Amino acid sequence: MEQPLKETIRQNPKKILGVNPDDAKVALAYLSVSFVSLLIGGILGLLQGLERAGLMQLPSWLNYYQVLTAHGVLLLLVFTATFTIGYQYANLSHSFGGLLAKVRKLAWIGFGLMIIGVVMVATMIILNEASVLYTFYPPLAAHPVFYIGLVFVVLGIWSCCFGVFINYRHWRKNHPGQPTPILAFFAMGVFVLWLFASVGVTIEVLTLIPWSMGIIETTNVMVGRTLFWWFGHTLVNIWYLVATSAWYVIVPKIIGGHHFKEKLIRLVVILLVILNIPGGFHHQIIDPAISIPIKYLHVFMSLAIAVPSLMTAFAMFAVFERTGRKLGGKGLFGWLKKLPWGDVRFLAPMIAMISFIPGGAGGIVNTSNQLNQVIHNTMWVVGHFHVTVGMSVVMTFFGICYWLIPYLAKRVLTPKMSKIGVIQTIIWTIGMTIMAGSMHIAGLFGDPRRTSDTSYGGHEIAASWMSYELIFGIGATFLMIAVIIQVYAVFNMMFFAPKGHTEFPVAEPEEGEEPAPMWTERWGLWIVLLLAVVAMAYVVPIADMIMNAPPGSPPIKTW
Amino acid sequence: MHRLEEIWMTVSVGILIIFMAIVGYQTFSLGMGPPSHAETIDPQKVEETAPFDDPGVKKIGDNEYEVVMTLQSFAFNPSNIEVPAGAKVTFTMTAMDVTHGFQLPGTNINAMVMPGHIQKISHTFDEPGEYLIICNEYCGVGHQAMSTTITVK
Repeated sequence: MEQPLKETIRQNPKKILGVNPDDAKVALAYLSVSFVSLLIGGILGLLQGLERAGLMQLPSWLNYYQVLTAHGVLLLLVFTATFTIGYQYANLSHSFGGLLAKVRKLAWIGFGLMIIGVVMVATMIILNEASVLYTFYPPLAAHPVFYIGLVFVVLGIWSCCFGVFINYRHWRKNHPGQPTPILAFFAMGVFVLWLFASVGVTIEVLTLIPWSMGIIETTNVMVGRTLFWWFGHTLVNIWYLVATSAWYVIVPKIIGGHHFKEKLIRLVVILLVILNIPGGFHHQIIDPAISIPIKYLHVFMSLAIAVPSLMTAFAMFAVFERTGRKLGGKGLFGWLKKLPWGDVRFLAPMIAMISFIPGGAGGIVNTSNQLNQVIHNTMWVVGHFHVTVGMSVVMTFFGICYWLIPYLAKRVLTPKMSKIGVIQTIIWTIGMTIMAGSMHIAGLFGDPRRTSDTSYGGHEIAASWMSYELIFGIGATFLMIAVIIQVYAVFNMMFFAPKGHTEFPVAEPEEGEEPAPMWTERWGLWIVLLLAVVAMAYVVPIADMIMNAPPGSPPIKTW
Repeated sequence: MHRLEEIWMTVSVGILIIFMAIVGYQTFSLGMGPPSHAETIDPQKVEETAPFDDPGVKKIGDNEYEVVMTLQSFAFNPSNIEVPAGAKVTFTMTAMDVTHGFQLPGTNINAMVMPGHIQKISHTFDEPGEYLIICNEYCGVGHQAMSTTITVK
């Protein structure tokens, strides 16, 4: 009987000792970079909002497209990636009772590589050598250092991917016949998707480096664009998977309930991993050189993601109702009142989940052939991803901070800080609703995205959307205030909050629930299926783009 | 699986299938598919290649026109186009440098125009008026100035 006790101490030392301080350092380092990026990226967002609103003129040494490039790179790449790694590594450390020393080392190597990469990329943007926006579509050609920096960022992410795989495999080996803890299963899904998502863009960037240096004369712009979206849209779903890990596993614990059937949760993760990558094609619905039947196939492939999302909606509301009724909620909707609306750890992810309803509906518009043609490259799209990313994903991330950071820093969430969090959540919600709502409407009138000034010499058609742009600026101002509060809260909880013990809130299954089926652990098979779906989606169009390619394009700098 | 789960999943997948059927009908039977022209061209020799060696508005039938257009940072050629009301206009376009967009707010005309590729999109202009043509894909520091008009008389 000595064995089980030893096992408990080895597997679950946190129960006795709390978080492993070395693992906490890894997570806190990533989270610090994340929130510094949010602050800078947020300021740049406000500058754009005010410029579009006509309330401010950027100085001559800083142009709108430079600001836009930096805003995209900092928030879409750096903020989300570093948050994801910090949070997922904390989940892994908690689930496995500490990381392996070599895995921790890989996480630090990843951290170093990403910092080097981001510094290279940011320097080129500041020098106005890379005003190519976050999508860097060739033949717009940035300085080679910009692309080399991107390679470093990807290598950093890969280092973290392999860390997760090694630790996962190690745990499975030592626990034969046992399914992994659910948060570790999510982490595996996130990093598998990340690895395969980044393959496309890595190939693209590696061809752009010699091209931007003049070693290769021309590049295939169509293939570059397609490889970018292979990555670009999958990235969105990586964030979404990260957010759902908190929805399924953390939020039920915070409201005092149990998580939904683990079999369904695992099925959702597996479906999101397998079905995701082809979604990128709907960004190219109005491109030339992709045939109409292929585009139709991709409408279907993009929409397939709706199935696991609807399963998630069902499961989450089932958990809320069950918990609310257990707490004494009566009648058809009485259980809603029993949920802890005043707790920021619940309120923020709850609003995030609700906003996924309009977010998902807008996404269906974007993926469908004819509707896409109405809103393609208009402000509608910008409004859409500020709802999905800015609310569904980021508000979940914010909500996570209020327990994760005190837990890692061995401090506590004070009632005052919780109240500040609630206020932050409300201001952010108001700001995003105002800004994204007006962006959607302006987009329906035809207001183009990624354009510094859309007055077009005062043309009357342009006048129809100009008043909405003023509202973008107002929304952006609210958001800036919320960013400042959030960054303050994060660093306060990290360094100044009272010392103490904070729980890592992981929900348990309902009583009598069957354990997760072992077939869900067949990651080799899920990866084969993922690759099969990628092959179905990409082999024909990419082969067509290469076989029937026009003469390529030389690098061009138009800024 | 719980009874309610089964209903929910059946309805979800059912909606998806109905949705695909409608989009498919519009795309293949009504010819409302997105602009997807497949011809290619050497992006560095656009000005020497027909029909782009002579951009402009061409009458090709009874109240039917073809606009052969090149897009280049930061202008459309031809610009300030005029066509009669009720004209069916097909735009045949290519880009001479980077990727551009071709959008007419207030209509369903919206297409990517890329170097090396020829893109086509058609529209019947029933309503007279001055329509705005804009580039909706970032193409450089003067992107916001890339616009012209089409006047329907």
